[in-house]
Amino acid sequence: MPDNPGAWLVTTARHRAIDRLRRDRVLAAKLPLLASGPVAEPPMGETVDETPIPDERLELVFMCCHPALAVEAQVALTLRAVAGLATEEIARAFLVPAETMKRRLTRAKSKIKVAGIPFGIPAAARLPERLGAVLAVVYLIFNQGYSNPALEPGLAAEAISLGRVLAALLPAEPEVLGLLALMLLHDARREARFDGQDLVLLPDQDRSRWDWRQIAGARDLLDRALLDPARRQGPSARGPYALQAAIASLQTEERLDWPQIAALYSELADLTGSAVVRLNGTVAITEAEGPAAALAIVDDLDLPGYQYWHSTRAELLRRLGRPAEARAAYQAALDLAHSLPERRYLERRITETS
Amino acid sequence: MQYALLIYRQPGAAEALSDQEREASHREYLELRKRPEVTGGAALQPAETATTVRVQDGRTLVTDGPFADTKEILAGFYLVEAADLDAATELAARIPAARMGGSIEIRPVVPPDPAP
Repeated sequence: MPDNPGAWLVTTARHRAIDRLRRDRVLAAKLPLLASGPVAEPPMGETVDETPIPDERLELVFMCCHPALAVEAQVALTLRAVAGLATEEIARAFLVPAETMKRRLTRAKSKIKVAGIPFGIPAAARLPERLGAVLAVVYLIFNQGYSNPALEPGLAAEAISLGRVLAALLPAEPEVLGLLALMLLHDARREARFDGQDLVLLPDQDRSRWDWRQIAGARDLLDRALLDPARRQGPSARGPYALQAAIASLQTEERLDWPQIAALYSELADLTGSAVVRLNGTVAITEAEGPAAALAIVDDLDLPGYQYWHSTRAELLRRLGRPAEARAAYQAALDLAHSLPERRYLERRITETS
Repeated sequence: MQYALLIYRQPGAAEALSDQEREASHREYLELRKRPEVTGGAALQPAETATTVRVQDGRTLVTDGPFADTKEILAGFYLVEAADLDAATELAARIPAARMGGSIEIRPVVPPDPAP
C-alpha cells in the first residue's frame, strides 16, 4: 500500500487526461507483471516512455473486475495485480492447488489481452454496474478472509485496503463508502468473534474487545454515504452496501433497536430481491416479534442447499421448544458447513439441544 | 481490434413479430451494417436449410441440419472494428436480437499474419 492516499487523488485527475495510446502502452507493460510481481512496482524496461504514475490502481481494478471475466478470475486477478499477493497465497486462501490458481490467472491474463478487455475507467453510463462488479469482488475477498480467519489472516485486511483505495479514488460514490464502512464494522469485532477455536455469536461477544475507534471511523463513512443531504437523492440513494453497513452499525449499539434493524433488512431484501437477505433479517424479527413470526418467514423461504437456512431454522425451533426438529435442522446445517469453527459450533449445539 | 459479433436467435423469434416489428428490426440491421465500425457481415438462412459436412477416411459425409444441436441458432454475424471489448459490447448491444431473447457472442478475430 502506498503511504499517501491523498496523492492518488491528485494524480487520478491527472491520469484521466492521459490519452488512450499511452494507456495501451502502460497495459502492455503491465500485463507481464501480473505474473511476476506486484503492479505497484514501477514497470521496468523501455516499453513505457514516461515516469509511471502510481495511481493506476483504479484502471487496474476495473480491468481485473471486468464482467467479461469469470468472478473467480476477477477475484484472483485483483488479489494478484492490485493487492500484490503471491499466486500461492491466493491459492491457499481459496483452497485450490497453486497450479490451479496459476492456470486461472494465466487464462484470465490471456483473455484480457486477446479479447481486448480495456485498461481504463468505464464510461459514465456504464460506471454504476461496473463499480458494482468491483465492489462485489472486494466484498467477496473480505468475506473469504472473514469466514476463514485462521486460513488466511491477511485477506480481510487486503479487502479493507482495497476499499480504502476505492474510497480515496471515488470519494463521491455512496456505495464505495458504504462497503468500506461495512467491512470496517465487521472487522472491528474480529477479536471478539472467536473464543479459542470457537465461534462466538454477536449477542455473546465481549464488547470491550471490539475496536471502538474503527467503529467510530466506519460510522463517519456511513454518515457520508447516507446522511449528507447533497448526496441523498431519494430512497434509491440507499444502496445495498450502505444499508448493510447501517445494520452493522446499529448492531454495535448497547441496546439494540430491533424494529429498526428489521426494517432495514426488509428494505435491503426488497432492494436486492435476495432470499438470503430475507433470511438474515429474521434474526431481527425474532427479537422484535418473537420466534414464531420469524419461523413462518424462514419456512416460506425454503433454501435447502443453504447452511444458514438450516441453522436459523434450528435456532428458532430450539427457542420454540421443538428440540427434535431443531437437532435435525442443526444436523442438516452441519452437513453443509465447511469452516471448522462453524462445524464446532453446530456440533456443540446438537449436543446441547435436548 | 477486429471482432466478430455472432448473432444467436431463439427459433421462431422472427415469426413471433408483427410485420411492422419485423420491418423495423430489419431496418435496424441494415443501419448497423452502414456504421463505419462495421466492416462485414451477413444474415444467414434459417437452420432448417443448414447442411453439415465432415470428411472421414477420405469420404465426404453430408448430413441434414446444423452442426450443433443447441436451443439458439446462429442467424448471422457482423465483423466490426472496435477499440476494445467495451466498444465492441456497445455495438453488440445495438443488435435487435440481443433484446429479443437472443444473444450476441463477441469473438476477437485472429489478426492476419504480418506480411513476410
